Amino acid sequence: MNDDASLVLRATDVSVAYEGRRPTRAVREVSLELHAGEVLGIAGESGCGKSTLAYALTRMLRPPAVQTGGTIEYVDRDGRTWDLTALEPGELRKLRWAEFSMVFQSAMNALNPVTSVGAQFDDIFRTHRPEMDRAERRERARRLLEMVGIDPKRVRSFPHELSGGMRQRVVIALALALEPRLVVMDEPTTALDVLVQREILDEISRLRAELGFAVIFITHDLGLLLEISDSLAVMYAGQFVEYAPARRIAEEAQHPYTQGLLRSFPSLRGGRRDLRGIPGNPPDLRQDLDGCPFAPRCEHAFDRCRTEAPQLLAAPGYWPFSCHLRDVPNGSEPRKVEVDERA
Amino acid sequence: MRLRYIGRKLGFYLVAAWVAITVNFFLPRLIPGDPVSIIISRQTQSGTVPAGEAAALRKLLGLGSGSLLSQYGQYLDQLVHLNFGLSITEFPTPVADVVRPAIAWTLVLVGLATFISFCLGVGLGALAGWKRGTRIDALVPSTTLLTAMPYFWLALLLVYLFSQKWNLLPAQQGYDPSLDVGWNSAFIGSAIQHSILPAMTLVIASVGGWLLGMRNMTVATLSEDFVVAAEARGLSPVRVLTRYAARNAVLPSVSGFAVSIGFVVSGQIVMEQVFNYPGLGSLLFQAVSNEDYPLMQALFLTISFAVLGSNLLVDLLYGLIDPRTREA
Amino acid sequence: MATVAVAAEPGAGAGAGALSALRDALRSRRLILGLVVVGFFVLVAAFGPLFVGDPNHEYTDALNAGPSAAHWFGTTNIGQDIFAQTVDATRPTLLIGAAAGLIATAISVVIGIGGGYLGGIADELLALLTNVALVIPTLPLVIVASKFMGDNGLTPTIFVIAFTSWAASARVLRGQTLSLRNRDYVLAARALDEPRWRIILVELLPNEMPIIVSQFTFSMVFAILGQAGLAFLGLQSADMLTWGNILYFAQNAQALDSGQWWWFAPSGLCIAVFGAGLALINFGLDELLNPRLRVYRPSKARAERSS
Repeated sequence: MNDDASLVLRATDVSVAYEGRRPTRAVREVSLELHAGEVLGIAGESGCGKSTLAYALTRMLRPPAVQTGGTIEYVDRDGRTWDLTALEPGELRKLRWAEFSMVFQSAMNALNPVTSVGAQFDDIFRTHRPEMDRAERRERARRLLEMVGIDPKRVRSFPHELSGGMRQRVVIALALALEPRLVVMDEPTTALDVLVQREILDEISRLRAELGFAVIFITHDLGLLLEISDSLAVMYAGQFVEYAPARRIAEEAQHPYTQGLLRSFPSLRGGRRDLRGIPGNPPDLRQDLDGCPFAPRCEHAFDRCRTEAPQLLAAPGYWPFSCHLRDVPNGSEPRKVEVDERA
Repeated sequence: MRLRYIGRKLGFYLVAAWVAITVNFFLPRLIPGDPVSIIISRQTQSGTVPAGEAAALRKLLGLGSGSLLSQYGQYLDQLVHLNFGLSITEFPTPVADVVRPAIAWTLVLVGLATFISFCLGVGLGALAGWKRGTRIDALVPSTTLLTAMPYFWLALLLVYLFSQKWNLLPAQQGYDPSLDVGWNSAFIGSAIQHSILPAMTLVIASVGGWLLGMRNMTVATLSEDFVVAAEARGLSPVRVLTRYAARNAVLPSVSGFAVSIGFVVSGQIVMEQVFNYPGLGSLLFQAVSNEDYPLMQALFLTISFAVLGSNLLVDLLYGLIDPRTREA
Repeated sequence: MATVAVAAEPGAGAGAGALSALRDALRSRRLILGLVVVGFFVLVAAFGPLFVGDPNHEYTDALNAGPSAAHWFGTTNIGQDIFAQTVDATRPTLLIGAAAGLIATAISVVIGIGGGYLGGIADELLALLTNVALVIPTLPLVIVASKFMGDNGLTPTIFVIAFTSWAASARVLRGQTLSLRNRDYVLAARALDEPRWRIILVELLPNEMPIIVSQFTFSMVFAILGQAGLAFLGLQSADMLTWGNILYFAQNAQALDSGQWWWFAPSGLCIAVFGAGLALINFGLDELLNPRLRVYRPSKARAERSS
């Protein structure tokens, strides 16, 4: 992960607030790095700020959401570094889609209902590839549809004539139209039924292997992320609470919240587990949080958790996570700590 | 492809036309006393009433002989032959001949003014929605003042300003009566000049409705996923606004056309009286003043059919601009 | 974006909802301005006649006089005080508007909500009736009908206007009902076998109240404009004094040709201002009920960042 030559995106201390009488601080000082071809999964409950973060990273925030701090650097295919937060709208538009694209949550609504599929490809090519002529644009749209497993004749179809799964495939084809280096996917399969979800996921994995783009994949489904991600960030109350290689997190999750999430769905490998959710609700992000935001729901919380916010730091041999258990001897065996504290 | 949509619309307007015709059949029953003898006696004062006029009138007013059904049949027979009887106002001209020349005046004026008003309102509304929260957008609520004005009062205001105070435009009639009516430049120029104030009235009074509807729909559409997606694709703001936001936001304005045109036509009818405009509204006013029942009936039907026709036209247009009306 | 919009108000409890809605209502300048305007006219309608003389039986010597300290809005060609007339006309005008608006709204509630909820053939027929009533132009019908009836006093006017102007509201209410009838709480009530009338009255009606109120304001404006039009064409009883009738008298006396703008101006402005007041109330309601229409004004420095 330290090979800077392949860096695609680096976010440092990004914060986002929804302005209002009491601003909602939806994303709080999040930092991340993404390298070429890497799949970064971001997991968390709804309302934890993961979608907001995705919008912030692609500069798609709209009022009342505003980025209140941090920098976002993007390295394009020619190796030039762009400070996304400082870009002029025109420059930003040039980078968009050609360098990084997005797949939105609801395939149902991500397509313009009154123009044909082909016309929506056309809009992209006309904007970013003005040198392409009409026939080339049409041909490329057909090839892209074919690539995601849709009959090329469908370029003439309107969105309402396609099924939900087909629409999401079209949306993915649109996202890949200019062969971007980064695709941000915000719950791309949530609105689909399980069978179609699986097909789409396989499609994404295949295309990624073929084309080699990096992915930021956002979902509440941690199990899914374990399967497809290289690295994985768990988000809670607007912060990353654990940021780890996906391979190891399933067995060695350090943060009690991650552990809780892992417990709340059946394991893919290994035997049956105790299926439990996490009691309680996420905190109100309009308030300043004293101490660890997860403390009220945490079965291991002790006094320090309620007064002092833990930092996102790595423990020796591990990856960054934000939990005071890191400083407690035998912290990796949290249940004992809990007993100690109560005694 | 869209045959089913077109068929459904045609069917609907046939039903609507039938309802208009039937309402018109029952309307004369509201007249206290025997309308036919009233009409004949009024006509007798103006000149010789041809034989058979009373019987024809009776049929036309739905008061023919026999059962209700046979009265209805006789009434329809009169309508099919465009036999609306003789006008009292312009006795003994047949009503159909009185109405015919007025149709074009009203149709052209309302059609053009509505077209201008729609384009203006939809354009400005899209702009205000796009720039929501700015100074342009803050002006939108003030248009409600225009929308709540009676058309005829606005007409009076414009006549007072443009005609009386500043003496810029003619305020009466549809053309200079000293000119020959026909396709010559002098007459057409005069007709255009005379139509400016009435058209201005219609546009000013109706533009607010289009504007407001379009503004709100644009604001709502701008937060739709497909607009956000279009922006994420790096499309230029103009393209996002026109091809994605406005293109979708305009649909409810088009499908709500019936309500709006109803307003405009109602306004136009009263307004023509202010300008002495030679259209259907002035004629209706004359018919009302002279208790010219046959003329009133013919006018009600004519105006209804004109409105139904324009609604059908707009519905068919809607079928073209919204692909979802196609069969999947 | 759904997610982003939801995230904007996390943890907003249901209990706090009503209170914050009220607070929002009082923050809406448009709503307040609308309420002030409409309230003013209601007060004039209620108490105005007590303060001005009877304009139809008190004549001054000043004929066709312009506005002055003695006659704020000037006088008519027979020496009536136009200010007194305008004040006196407020009550019947508002009464026609409110009564016709109320009846039209009631009809639209029955047809729109009833049809929308019942569904099936009843809904098909009621929807057809609504759409037909919508495309047949009403004013010519009203003109012809009221001329044919011969009686054009207060009550017939109210009914003729009401019976021809319910369709647009009915269409809106039907659409809303169709979307509400599949909501959880309605489905739950149906699953519990609650009687239809109870579901309509207890579950649907309260939830559609804001839309009903908004439709009522439209109907009221429409009724006042319609009555003014009828009056201007001389289709209203001359015994009744409304803003529309004043305009008719003015037109009949060819007030405009002689430059007596003061005879025309007040009544027309009253109609426009009162209508705009109702529309502003509507604006305010819309903003409250439809958060997407609410305008966020980010602070300047931040707006520049995010643009």
